[in-house]
Amino acid sequence: MDSIIRVIPLNYYIFLSAAIFCIGVLGVLLRRNAIIIFMSVELMLNSVNLLLSAFSAYRSDPSGQVFVFFIMAVAAAEVAVGLAIIVMIYRNTNSVDVNLLDKLRG
Amino acid sequence: MKEFFYFLSFLAVLTSLMVVVAKNPVHSVLYLIMTFFAIAGHYILLNAQFLAVVHIIVYAGAIMVLFLFVIMFLNLNAETEPQKPLILKVAAGVAAGLLFLTLVAAFKGAENQVAVTGGDSQIGLIKNLGKVLFNDFLLPFEITSLLFLSAMIGAVMLAKKDTPEGPKSKDLKKEMLLEKEII
Repeated sequence: MDSIIRVIPLNYYIFLSAAIFCIGVLGVLLRRNAIIIFMSVELMLNSVNLLLSAFSAYRSDPSGQVFVFFIMAVAAAEVAVGLAIIVMIYRNTNSVDVNLLDKLRG
Repeated sequence: MKEFFYFLSFLAVLTSLMVVVAKNPVHSVLYLIMTFFAIAGHYILLNAQFLAVVHIIVYAGAIMVLFLFVIMFLNLNAETEPQKPLILKVAAGVAAGLLFLTLVAAFKGAENQVAVTGGDSQIGLIKNLGKVLFNDFLLPFEITSLLFLSAMIGAVMLAKKDTPEGPKSKDLKKEMLLEKEII
C-alpha cells in the first residue's frame, strides 16, 4: 500500500479545499438563517484545516498539524460564544433571520 | 489509495453542498456531520491520525451536538426558514462560482507533482506532535487556555437571562418590524 502523497499531487488538495471554501462562501451569501451561516463558516475553517494538514504531510513538517490543532481550539471557543449570541438574538426577536438585524446601517 | 481520495473528496463536496441547499436546518446539521467524517477520512489518508481522532471528537462530538441542541431548542424547521429572493440567490451562486474560478485559475500552475521525498508517516503520531506542541508552541498552547476561559465566561454571560431591573426587550421584534414599515 503506497502513501497517498506519492499518488495524489498536492494540486488536488488545493482544488478540493478551494471547492469546500467556496461552498462555505456560497452558504454565507445564500442563507438568512444565522445558524446555517455559522455552519458555513465552520465549513470554511475545515477546508483551511484540510489544506494545512495536506501541506504538513507533503513537507513532512508537524508544525502544520499543530496549527490545525490550534484552529480547532479557536473554532470550539467561537462556536460556544456564537451560539450564545444567536440564542440571545432569538430570545429578543423570536427569529434567527439576519435581515432583522440591520440597526447599524447608515 | 487514489480511489479513497476521490471517493472522500466527492463525499465531502456533495455533503457540504447539501448543507448549503437543504431547506431543513436539522438536515443541514446532519449533512455537516457527514462532511466532517469525510474530512476525518482525508486526515487518516494523510497520515494525521491524531488530527483525525481530535477532529471527530471536537467537531462531530462537541460542536455539532451544540448546533443540533440549539436548533432543536429554538424549534427551527423548514416552515420557519427565511428565504432570500431568487435574484439574490442567483447573485450569490455567481459570486461563489467566480471566487472558485479565480482560485482554480490562480493555483492551476502551482506545484503539480507528487511528493518524491519525505513522506515520513510518523509525524502525525501523538508522540511527535506532542513534542512539537510542548517545545515550539508552548506559549500559544497556554494562551489557548485563556481563550477557553474567556469564551466560557462570555457564553455564560451572554446566555444568562436579563436581570429583573434590566431593560425589557420582549417586543423588540415588533419594534424592528414597525421601524421597517416606517422606513
